[in-house]
Amino acid sequence: MSIKIENVSKRFNDFVALDRVNLTIEPGELVALLGPSGSGKTTLLRVIAGLEVPDEGRIYFDSEDATDKDVGEREVGFVFQHYALFRHMTVFENVAFGLRVKPKKQRPSEAAIREKVHGLLNLVQLDWLGDRYPHQLSGGQRQRIALARALAIEPKVLLLDEPFGALDAKVRKDLRRWLRRLHDEIQLTSVFVTHDQEEALEVSDRVVLFDHGRIEQIGVPDEVYDHPATPFVYGFLGHANRVESRVDHGFATIGRARIAAPEYPAAVGATGTAYIRPHDLEIVDDAGQAAFSAKVEHIVKLGSTVRLELSDLSDGKPLETELTREGFDETSIATGDTIHLAARRARVFIDAPAASKETA
Amino acid sequence: MAAVLDKPLPEAAPRRVARPIGRPPSRSRWMPIALTTVALAYVTIALFVPLAAVFVEAFRKGIAHYFASISEPDALSAIRLTFTAAAIAVPANLVFGVSAAWAIAKFDFKGKAILITLIDLPFSVSPVVSGLVYVLMFGLQGWFGPWLQAHDIKIIFAVPGIVLATIFVTFPFVARELIPLMQAQGRDEEEAAVALGASGWQTFWRVTLPNVKWGILYGVILCNARAMGEFGAVSVVSGHIRGTTNTLPLHVEILYNEYNFAAAFACASLLAFLALVTLVIKTVVERRFLKAAR
Amino acid sequence: MLTLRRPSVLPGFRLTLGTTLFYLALIVLIPLSAAFAKTLSMTWEQFWMTVTAPRVLASLRLSFGAAFIAALVNAVFGLLVAWVLVRNPFPGRRIVDALVDLPFALPTAVAGIALTAVYAPNGWLGAPLAALGIKVAFTPLGVLVALIFIGLPFVVRTVQPVLEDMEKELEEAARLLGARPFQVFMRIVLPTLMPALLTGFTLAFARAVGEYGSVVFIAGNMPMVSEIAPLVIISKLEQYDYPGATALAVVMLLASFVMLLAINLLQGWMRRRNAQERNV
Repeated sequence: MSIKIENVSKRFNDFVALDRVNLTIEPGELVALLGPSGSGKTTLLRVIAGLEVPDEGRIYFDSEDATDKDVGEREVGFVFQHYALFRHMTVFENVAFGLRVKPKKQRPSEAAIREKVHGLLNLVQLDWLGDRYPHQLSGGQRQRIALARALAIEPKVLLLDEPFGALDAKVRKDLRRWLRRLHDEIQLTSVFVTHDQEEALEVSDRVVLFDHGRIEQIGVPDEVYDHPATPFVYGFLGHANRVESRVDHGFATIGRARIAAPEYPAAVGATGTAYIRPHDLEIVDDAGQAAFSAKVEHIVKLGSTVRLELSDLSDGKPLETELTREGFDETSIATGDTIHLAARRARVFIDAPAASKETA
Repeated sequence: MAAVLDKPLPEAAPRRVARPIGRPPSRSRWMPIALTTVALAYVTIALFVPLAAVFVEAFRKGIAHYFASISEPDALSAIRLTFTAAAIAVPANLVFGVSAAWAIAKFDFKGKAILITLIDLPFSVSPVVSGLVYVLMFGLQGWFGPWLQAHDIKIIFAVPGIVLATIFVTFPFVARELIPLMQAQGRDEEEAAVALGASGWQTFWRVTLPNVKWGILYGVILCNARAMGEFGAVSVVSGHIRGTTNTLPLHVEILYNEYNFAAAFACASLLAFLALVTLVIKTVVERRFLKAAR
Repeated sequence: MLTLRRPSVLPGFRLTLGTTLFYLALIVLIPLSAAFAKTLSMTWEQFWMTVTAPRVLASLRLSFGAAFIAALVNAVFGLLVAWVLVRNPFPGRRIVDALVDLPFALPTAVAGIALTAVYAPNGWLGAPLAALGIKVAFTPLGVLVALIFIGLPFVVRTVQPVLEDMEKELEEAARLLGARPFQVFMRIVLPTLMPALLTGFTLAFARAVGEYGSVVFIAGNMPMVSEIAPLVIISKLEQYDYPGATALAVVMLLASFVMLLAINLLQGWMRRRNAQERNV
């Protein structure tokens, strides 16, 4: 089922949660709504579910206007961050709930319910837990049961609100992958909310970036990461070095170097900011080729990568570079050394207010 | 009454995500209004109306009659006795309550649960039975009856009996308020004080007391309200001798049984006013101070 | 028993425990044992005869029966009031919230005469009801009304905190799964509230069984019809029938102990539920 969100706005008292949001989700897609807390992503999810009513705008399910439909009629499956499992019911009863509350005419027989529930528990690989109570399960198990419960009513779309937010890091990673595989298997249109950019980039078909109630960019993971549309997106998806830059006729200064900035062919003497990923800041031997010269302040070893925290010799501002463990071991860099860095790739945004706030 | 004053033990910080309040889409928006209306109607009939009746009936014969009723000698001595009983019962129960709370909250020992249950006892015993047990102890045919008579000490049908009965029915209040409060506050601060060299009393006065002062106030107000308002237990032990062994509630009963309604309600209105003051203080203390302490 | 489980750094154990036990014994335990001792002076037969005399049985039936019904009414309406206070904020909510405790704070005699004034045949509510042919004051119905009054806060106050702590998400999840509001209430909300509701019910019941002051004015007090058990105790006392009064008092005390036990068990259940829920 496709979902079309048209000009949806929502405020809570003075707080603007959603500001004229437009988005179309294709059938069978797995879309991530990504952004910091308060950016509106959860509100949008709840609007789709029917848990909130938009102040303006419409929602269409498969070109049918669903904006005024009651929560129970929307046929959406919803998974909450804190599971919301019914504590006084067994796992089996939890999953069966949606089937048991159907109106008499639509309610399946007891045998059919049992079959369906066991099928779902098998799907989430927890068939052996049917008689337990939620408080006897681990976090990861609870979330999988919550998913099974949501799927029991054969929803047209699956909505997940920070589904792994309450779990330990390792469990989170495992479940992330598991969710992706599950989605590939059942092909259900799914939307999930997260503030973890790694999760969004790893799992989803498309990423929608939210900030302050507006969509900043929509695109496949590679695209938003490699071609961020706004400074916010750039900064949100991974670390960024931020350096002042001057843009003239399609070229921008970065430190002592110049790179092409074809987005701004007509700029004259414009000030802007250049964003450089740490791993795009390469260490070079020749100071003449370098954009920056910096002093090594800290060396941070993180497993397979090494991060060098630096201070630019020209203005003392902080810089960061990243390299592989092997690469680092080949050098003999120590704290206090001076090194030279070239920018392999960078993105420049001019400081004009209009330009930086454009939505994708 | 026990569970109502039984506050739960300390909880981890709520892990619910704070969400701004939105309006749920619901065709049945009339439902909340209907529920609220019924609930308010119930509360009005069950609570407001009787309360209002007290004051309306009190002034039925006019203001002059009202003031005459409450300043008449028997009424005044009833007021005096009520205050006396409260003035003895409340401090005594305060000392007990603090002791019990300290023993229960700051130490681990077997039999704690039984102790707490025993403290709860007066709440589930009928007031009449509470009075009766004192008559059985100190009345003429009671255990100590002959001994008391020989020494010409009157407890039952005299002021001491009234005080004792009042103490019995009100004695859990302070304890039941302080015990959960002190349990929730833990022992860390007191242990720190002792480690720094403070004596028991110093620890209590300087560390514990400031932390529990609002709980004490809360318990004392409730204790006082019940002490001044107790009827059943006091009725049994009092002998109903006008001018001597009548508390204000008993005086109200006597006036009422004489069909002296306006006067009865006039005296009752004093007690009702006390109840309202109690409620106000209770609400303020609860909202501002006790929520923070937990 | 009553010795420290582990050595404690804090002083004052003996002093405070000693004071507590001394006071407890003096004020509570010894007087209560006097009651039981007195009944030992009766033979079992005498005891049984006293307690099963028609008048006594009638009063026990009334006290327990009316208390039960009153507690039921309070369970239903108390839940409603708690619900409205927590979920439907309305102007003046604070005042109503504070006033719920009125039956706790108001002396029972005052409540008694006020209720009588309201429900007497010429009273504010009694008059319209009399026009409909319903007599409240001076009948068992009056007893019921009084017991409802004094039990009102118990259910509200035990249910309120549980309701406040209930996650909204549970109800949202149920509705998303297709449950209609009534189903959500019956299958999700009510089971969650059940321990608190039962605790409140039992507290209201326990209080109502022994209630005297608020009932004795409105009851009519006719033996065999509208006479409550505590009143029977008092009239036996006035006739110097100490053994009789004591026998009945012992019956009521035993009932109190049983209810106290039930309340403690229920509160334990509530606490365990709370702990489980915090775990989820």
